[in-house]
Amino acid sequence: MDEALKKKLIEAMAGTVVAHADELTALDQAIGDGDHGLNMKRGFEAVLAETDTIVAKPLPDALKAIGTTLVMKVGGASGPLYGTLFMALGKELPPDPTIADVAQALAAAIEAVKARGKSDLGQKTMLDVLAPLQAALAAGGADLAARLPAVADEAAAATVPLKAIRGRASFLGERSIGHMDPGARSSALLATAICNAIGA
Amino acid sequence: MPASKNVGIVIVSHSAKVAEGAADMVRQMVGDNVPLAAAGGNAEGGLGTDVAAIMAAIDRAWSEAGVAILVDLGGAETNSEMAVEMMPEERRERIVICNAPIVEGAVMAATEASGGSPLAVVRATAEELISA
Repeated sequence: MDEALKKKLIEAMAGTVVAHADELTALDQAIGDGDHGLNMKRGFEAVLAETDTIVAKPLPDALKAIGTTLVMKVGGASGPLYGTLFMALGKELPPDPTIADVAQALAAAIEAVKARGKSDLGQKTMLDVLAPLQAALAAGGADLAARLPAVADEAAAATVPLKAIRGRASFLGERSIGHMDPGARSSALLATAICNAIGA
Repeated sequence: MPASKNVGIVIVSHSAKVAEGAADMVRQMVGDNVPLAAAGGNAEGGLGTDVAAIMAAIDRAWSEAGVAILVDLGGAETNSEMAVEMMPEERRERIVICNAPIVEGAVMAATEASGGSPLAVVRATAEELISA
């Protein structure tokens, strides 16, 4: 993957997180500790500040660098979770991946996130967005970049009726029902930003 | 402080005040012969936990007998696990995260550690608080 595309992807991810920071924080105030937007913004701003160093690396190392930066800068549970996701992708992906490579790497990264968060599908987390995205990537077909944002948005919306099992939202039990999971929303936002940047 | 042969204790809270307060309590109740460090708050001084700060605290409380970490809520545990994984490989197996209440667990763990008990015993003592 060339430097220009890596740069475009970083700017797209950071851009969407910054633009939606207040929305993510509002979602997290409903069922979490209210810091998801601010934490993600801090993490991705740190990634953005290192763009030139990161894009100079081959894709696997660039992804690991993004993951490490998120771990160090986010300052909440989403740091290790997103950090693990990016680091695992970096470990699995070749420098110039095909769609099939991405599907396989995302499957492995999802397992890594499950282990890190001690969580599974259906527990109202980012996994509930990542798994349908992975399934769509694995199924392949035409116009993936155009189709995946809708997959991500629908998956995030599908977390609304779920009851949280993990994280601070789980303390709320039944009261967590009726709110979209902030991590599901941030995953959908990132996926959409990536698809738009690749598709454009 | 000279290198201690006793297990070290690290306290990780979302709040710097909670982490430091718990450490003060351990220090006053247990004394100085247990290496002790606290990490609280995010890198900007707000509520949260900071992997780099946790790694630094593990370094400060390091003992060849190992380190027991006490955490408060979910993110503190996840970030502590991440910090342990980022430590040098030869240290990782000598660091445990205790499934115990942070203040009571820290005092109990430190009391056990001050008698020279090995890491597994220190951890078990801290965790008895919740299994009892």
